[in-house]
Amino acid sequence: MTSLPSHTNKKLGLVIDLDTCVGCHACATNCKSWNSGGHSAPLTDYDPYGPQPDGVWFNRVHSFEVKRGDRPNLTINFPRSCLHCDNAECVTVCPTGASYKRSEDGIVLVNTDKCIGCKLCSWACPYGAREFDADEGVMKKCTLCIDRIYNENLDPEDRQPACVLACPTSARHFGDLNDPESKVSQLTAARHGRDLMPELGYKPTNKYLPPRARKIDSADIGAPEELEPFEADGFLGWLDKVLSK
Amino acid sequence: MHPAFSVIFFTTCSGAGYGLLAMMGIWGAAGMLPSERWMGLAGLLFALTLVTVGLLASTFHLGRPERAWRAMTQWRSSWLAREGVMAVLTYIPAALFGLGWVWFEDTTGLWAVAGVVSAILAWLTVICTAKIYHSLRPIHQWHNDWTVPSYLLLSIMSGAVLMSVLVHLFGAENPYIQGLTVVTLALGWGLKTLYWGFNKRSSGLPTVNSAIGIDAAGDVSVLELPHTSDNYLMKEMGYKVAQKHADKLRTISHVTGFALPLVFSALAMFIDGYAALAAVVLAWGLCSLGIIVERWLFFAEAKHTVNLYYGATKV
Repeated sequence: MTSLPSHTNKKLGLVIDLDTCVGCHACATNCKSWNSGGHSAPLTDYDPYGPQPDGVWFNRVHSFEVKRGDRPNLTINFPRSCLHCDNAECVTVCPTGASYKRSEDGIVLVNTDKCIGCKLCSWACPYGAREFDADEGVMKKCTLCIDRIYNENLDPEDRQPACVLACPTSARHFGDLNDPESKVSQLTAARHGRDLMPELGYKPTNKYLPPRARKIDSADIGAPEELEPFEADGFLGWLDKVLSK
Repeated sequence: MHPAFSVIFFTTCSGAGYGLLAMMGIWGAAGMLPSERWMGLAGLLFALTLVTVGLLASTFHLGRPERAWRAMTQWRSSWLAREGVMAVLTYIPAALFGLGWVWFEDTTGLWAVAGVVSAILAWLTVICTAKIYHSLRPIHQWHNDWTVPSYLLLSIMSGAVLMSVLVHLFGAENPYIQGLTVVTLALGWGLKTLYWGFNKRSSGLPTVNSAIGIDAAGDVSVLELPHTSDNYLMKEMGYKVAQKHADKLRTISHVTGFALPLVFSALAMFIDGYAALAAVVLAWGLCSLGIIVERWLFFAEAKHTVNLYYGATKV
């Protein structure tokens, strides 16, 4: 049923730190690697070794430059994937019931056996989270690694999305954003986590942590504003005098 | 948005078909058309052929056309599903109305009711089509108050222009029918002009800053894209049409879709015989061309918010 659940017990999602993301694309490549054999497999590639390689990815890392007047420019590396919105209109527009949002954990999924490939859900997503698999004729999207997070064959510490596990700077965090005590909720509160395009009213679950204020002056980190000249005496003082001549 | 041929063909072709079906239903029920077999057969067959060909074309852009029947199941939430349901339902009163007109040569009483119901269902189907686009909040050029009235009125207009050809072919000219064609052309032109004006003046609320969640930090520009060649998002939603081409096409649409058909349709009210027939046929041909251009622009000029991630400054 493509009507949205009135309430979800959990809101599983990601918190992504734009301060520490270095734009290495490890999350995107590990996502591609895991999901090529996972719930939505295959993640089709077209012309992968040719001049115009293309294919289905659930996670794309953009890099932006922010010009801030007198202050130095800021580089923002921005990983973009499904935000598992509360008000997921990609689900409500689906004419077949292939798209759905789970009432138990809020994860938005596609049943590729029912999908007719009309692409309307990808039009309804403001964030470009859904990508069409032209080989299979169906729409695909991030599953929040549903086949990892509940997978009892994996060690408990590995029951997290592939993108989170791959991140070398711990810029990605996974958890229940419905639980105010969870690590992700606390991080969001402490760092003023943002919704993307809140003006459209999709109420995304995933949050993005804006970059912290940059410390660019020596005073910002507690160092002296200027270094005092070194006054030496004894042998070093004599050497300084000789060399200064 | 990528202007897919199948969807342009579907919306213009089915739009005209539903418009003609509604005209047949309303004018037929009102007793303004001869309840003569061949007129009914020609009009309803042509209307339903346009509708059916358009609907079939719309399935060609599906990744899995063989599953198209599933598209009617989610009518509680999806305008696309509602459109499918209404499209199928419309055939029922249309077939009954056709039975009365073509078989019994009767368009009165219960047959007339079937005609009016077909018109209402035809209009509701077109409204559902328009609502598919109108409901998409990431696309400002569609998610505004002008989209639904434009679709409905342009469907009625396309149907009226066809109705003019039909009545002239069967020698059933009538100043009311021809007058309505002129009026719908004028109203359609006005409404579409307002639609284009609105989209020229305004743009969507999201910005690249809100798209990446750093609202007040400064001017944001793309440093590096995530991939080296165009992906699905850029091919499907990143369609760009040069402003000078769009303006030229809009002029073509103004002239062929509305201005000239208006002139020829009005002219047909004052002349008769083959000259009048030529005028309404010319009006129909030009109008069809203009509406296809109009529909192409409807898609090509629509800017999806995902473009903000790929360098667009506004959508």
